[in-house]
Amino acid sequence: MSRIDFDIAHLLAGSLVLISFLELYQDRLYALLNVFAAHALVLAASVAWQAFIQDAPHLYVTAAITLTFKAIVIPVALHRIIVRLGIHREIEKVVGVGAAMLAGMGLVALSMVVMLRVTHGADPLAREDLAFALSVVLLGLLMMVTRRNAVSQVIGFMSLENGLVLAATGAKGMPLVVEISVAFSILIAFIVIGIFLFRIRERFDTVDVQVIDRFRGERR
Amino acid sequence: MTFDALTGVLLIPAVAAALLAALPGYRVTARLNVAATTLTLICALSLFFSRPEPGVYLLVDDLNGTFIVLTTFVGFTTSVFSLSYIGHELETGRLTPPFVRFYHAMYQVLMFAMNLALIANNIGLMWVAIELATLTTVLMVGIYRTHEALEAAWKYFILGSVGIALALFGTILIYMAARPVIGEGLAAMEWTVLVTHAGAFDPALLDVAFVFLLLGYGTKVGLAPLHAWLPDAHAEGPTPISAVLSGLLLNVALYALLRFKMLLAVNAAALAPGPLMVTLGLLSLVFAAFMLYRRRDIKRLFAYSSIEHMGIIAFAFGMGGPIANFAGLLHMTMHSLTKSAIFFAVGHIAQVKGTQRIADMGGLTETHPALGWALILGVVAIAGLPPLGIFMSEFLMVTSTFARAPLLALVLVFGILVGVAALFLRLNSIAFGEPRGSSANAQASYAPMFAHLALVLAAAIYMPPALVAWFQNVAGLLG
Repeated sequence: MSRIDFDIAHLLAGSLVLISFLELYQDRLYALLNVFAAHALVLAASVAWQAFIQDAPHLYVTAAITLTFKAIVIPVALHRIIVRLGIHREIEKVVGVGAAMLAGMGLVALSMVVMLRVTHGADPLAREDLAFALSVVLLGLLMMVTRRNAVSQVIGFMSLENGLVLAATGAKGMPLVVEISVAFSILIAFIVIGIFLFRIRERFDTVDVQVIDRFRGERR
Repeated sequence: MTFDALTGVLLIPAVAAALLAALPGYRVTARLNVAATTLTLICALSLFFSRPEPGVYLLVDDLNGTFIVLTTFVGFTTSVFSLSYIGHELETGRLTPPFVRFYHAMYQVLMFAMNLALIANNIGLMWVAIELATLTTVLMVGIYRTHEALEAAWKYFILGSVGIALALFGTILIYMAARPVIGEGLAAMEWTVLVTHAGAFDPALLDVAFVFLLLGYGTKVGLAPLHAWLPDAHAEGPTPISAVLSGLLLNVALYALLRFKMLLAVNAAALAPGPLMVTLGLLSLVFAAFMLYRRRDIKRLFAYSSIEHMGIIAFAFGMGGPIANFAGLLHMTMHSLTKSAIFFAVGHIAQVKGTQRIADMGGLTETHPALGWALILGVVAIAGLPPLGIFMSEFLMVTSTFARAPLLALVLVFGILVGVAALFLRLNSIAFGEPRGSSANAQASYAPMFAHLALVLAAAIYMPPALVAWFQNVAGLLG
């Protein structure tokens, strides 16, 4: 593999981690949605680049699915949901921006330490892709736990899945079955979530998960 | 493609799901549901006699054969139970006909997903199947659309998806470990190929992969501290789904873990998965046993009891060795049968009493003797008192652990005893004393629960030598 191939792949995967950080501190839903669309866009570019350098045409399909569903369809649909529900003002945070960023840095350091240490044998590109992918996964998880709003939790979950797609495409020659299923399952997950959001609206007039927690039933 | 029993196990639920989604009318569809599960059970049983060769995608061996028969059997009895349960829900108006249609279709999709997860020969395919099973159960848990049901479904959905996502990461890592040895492509995700080559995999990568898989699929098994979704999902969904969740879906996730454990066992340099499973198992057991004391909702009570038993089973498989594995398999089978029987009884009890609150039900043996005694028998069985099936498996487990690791055995016995005491405390107020709540006649289907309890009793009194040999063989496979 030539030097420039490696550098571009590296740049794209690194940008994904960076955008995950951007997602962490967005305090407005629209802004968060736009950043997520950028996240998906970079992922699509990264997958397409992998398809090119690995000479694996089936990965272009994954890239196309990512581009249409995650970068266009889902953000547009979520945008509409936000408008319909009238919840576009602000995101309440459980943890402050500073703490969330520090925790995020800690998680990235953790995934570098873990993944780089265990993947001595693998080729350098796959190694670093995997380390970046784990960072994106962990940052997605962090976002899910620091947000209360159901919409932003869902966005956190989708960026977590972006990390998984990055890992799957970085693993050279991984069968197509899985990539399609990943994309497909995101679609299903999205439908499920969509239904849920509307049901939540019907029942509670809010998508603030804190309010649902009242019905948690811990004392029963 | 020729039609064989293996495709039948997948095709029948898939076709039935499409049919049930299309057909209106509760009476026809509920019976069609039972017919489909019966046919699936017959197909699964026939796998004992003629077993197809492992293919690229599907595989039947001794290990998953056991799981498939258990799954299709409990799937069948639950569909019989759900016939009368759903009928009652329709009468009382808790469910409307469109929801019932949806429920039946989803039931078959769930059966399809669980069967696919069990017979998949590809770690990616298995992951997809478990994800599908999760999504269908999420939809079913939220089917009543009450505050609590939606909250439970949302919680289950979020925790379940995170678990599933971690499991996928683990799956990708396994592929990464296999690729340098096996080469690119499908073969590096096939169980049969993976197991033969696992000795040459990079051990460090396998270790990290297993940690992700344990956390991911462990969430689906309901091991503490990853269990938070389980009590809510059991308590708020329809009771047949509680029975299927406890009796089957937890087992399917456990099966995935066992497969990966077998993979690590082949590689001498990789970490031993046993101690991790033992720790999580004991933690779940002791935690759930204490949680049993303050439950006020009857389904939530038995959901915690499921966490307790999954802990015991994970502990047994974690200990490993022929006796502990045998005990684990037996315990898993007995727990599935007993716990689903209990949920059948609890479902009818909650329907006649019109509530799930333990405080609002009492003196069941007077008002509804058949239901009351079935519940007592079930709780006696699940508590592990002789002469029922769970006693045997717990006895085997405790004695074999005392010989190998006495300290662990003490924790095990302590957890079991704490749990037993809590269950009897609750059972006392439900089954005996002053009758409380409605004493209207129950339109119950007793056959499924008594069939399960009879099997549990029979297994304790006389286990056919063929069955013992079968379990011993599988226990040997698990290493």
